[in-house]
Amino acid sequence: MEEVRLMKGNEAIAHAAIRYGADGYFGYPITPQSEVLETLEAEMPWETTGMVVLQAESEVAAINMIYGGAASGKAVMTSSSSPGISLKQEGISYIAAAELPALIVNVMRGGPGLGTIQPSQADYYQATKGGGHGDYHLIVLAPATVQEMADFVALGFDLAFKYRTPAMILADGIVGQMMEKVVLPEPRARRTQAEVEAQCPWAATGRHGREHRNVVTSLELDPSRMELNNERFQRTYAEIEANEVRYAEYYTDDAEYLIVAFGSVARICLKAIEDARAKGVKVGLLRPITLWPFPKTRIGELASQAKGILTVELNAGQMIDDVRLASECRVPVAHFGRMGGIVPNPNEVLDALYNHFPEAKP
Amino acid sequence: MKEEIIIAGFGGQGVLSMGKILAYAGLMNDMEVTWMPSYGPEQRGGTANVTVILSDSAISSPVLDSYDTAVILNQQSLDKFESKVKSGGTLVYDPSGIHHKPTRTDIKVVEVNAMDAMMELGNAKAYNMILLGALLGLRPVVPMDAVLRGLKKTLPERHHHLIPLNEQALLKGMSLVG
Repeated sequence: MEEVRLMKGNEAIAHAAIRYGADGYFGYPITPQSEVLETLEAEMPWETTGMVVLQAESEVAAINMIYGGAASGKAVMTSSSSPGISLKQEGISYIAAAELPALIVNVMRGGPGLGTIQPSQADYYQATKGGGHGDYHLIVLAPATVQEMADFVALGFDLAFKYRTPAMILADGIVGQMMEKVVLPEPRARRTQAEVEAQCPWAATGRHGREHRNVVTSLELDPSRMELNNERFQRTYAEIEANEVRYAEYYTDDAEYLIVAFGSVARICLKAIEDARAKGVKVGLLRPITLWPFPKTRIGELASQAKGILTVELNAGQMIDDVRLASECRVPVAHFGRMGGIVPNPNEVLDALYNHFPEAKP
Repeated sequence: MKEEIIIAGFGGQGVLSMGKILAYAGLMNDMEVTWMPSYGPEQRGGTANVTVILSDSAISSPVLDSYDTAVILNQQSLDKFESKVKSGGTLVYDPSGIHHKPTRTDIKVVEVNAMDAMMELGNAKAYNMILLGALLGLRPVVPMDAVLRGLKKTLPERHHHLIPLNEQALLKGMSLVG
């Protein structure tokens, strides 16, 4: 039984990566996620598991190191924060197009531009609607606790390898910087080269007498073949949408009003809901854990029983689009958010709920 | 039991580490804990604060707008957080550097001259432990042995010889609030 520890979300990601048996981490420091790289450097896993940790010369270099590592079948990851993730988008699109598994962590800060180093969720569109160019999706996981920061490393890698597509942990400055209790996963050994080759017959691991060469590329100049590639990607995405939707619900059984929020903001909303419930307000919370694939079926069901839905996000209203689509406009859907790195408190959430739905007020 | 605590002062006063030791003490005491720092380009001399929540049950929001207890170490923090202590709550403050004292009468306001106590102990690094001792004297949310085990957990081994000094500072702080 692993001991209960106290650590920051960013530190938990680093420890979880080593324990997962990750083969490599390539990154470049940026607040508020620098502790990922710092913790990996302090732990020196190259001395123990053989995991490579490298501070690259830039975010662009780091994502292309991921591209190379992933192409050889290795479990590789990078992490950054919003402006750095923007820099990585070309590489992410290439990795998606080359059907490679990889884990990318974005500990979001306020934008656009260099913005602020305080928490934000303003990269929702970027993470869930592509980000880079072309028709692709990332599997996007939204942790709300330090425990989930640790757990989603393994989940992200496993899903990425299962579907041969990059996965992203979309966190924010709160869950990256806060400390709470965490039980780290049991350490497991890195895969041997033979295991990598058995698991990833597509990987560029050397020909070794094989009759064909494995070539990893995102380039296909023949439109008829490229369209077949696109159709294959879309089949993968459809399979992910059918099988990998994850969410958590709180107080939804009898909820007349529904709050939809992800990540640490969902916890602020949960506190608001606990306060409201104490006064008899029937309000519940749906927390999407996968932002893509989005839990649209469940939100559609809850929309049928609710009188109104409030989305709470650290942005100007991005996830609200998906909630509106999922609810098919059967009920009013309103948005409350703070921007610029400001984090709302539970009272502000309740004020927003009563402001948009005055009949909900006790 | 649930205790929502804000500790606020200048960077360099040991605000974050005081919160960390409190959080570790909660961990040692089998409680749920969250430690949420203000983070940013703060350095020695800037303001710093940390929210620590200790609870017997799961903690929802790590971000709060009111607190059971506030430990205040400078004027800016007093101006910011005095109004955010829940009615009936506790505000501990160090008067050095405070020009306008707290005025609320619906909360327990306790002045702890940790700066003087620190001079008596003859160790500048004991400052935050004196305040933590005072806090625990007023609000015994975690037992002393859990704090000492927490200290052991947070301090690197090469600093473990300083634990008795820290214990002395904690007891000194407790004695100040009587």
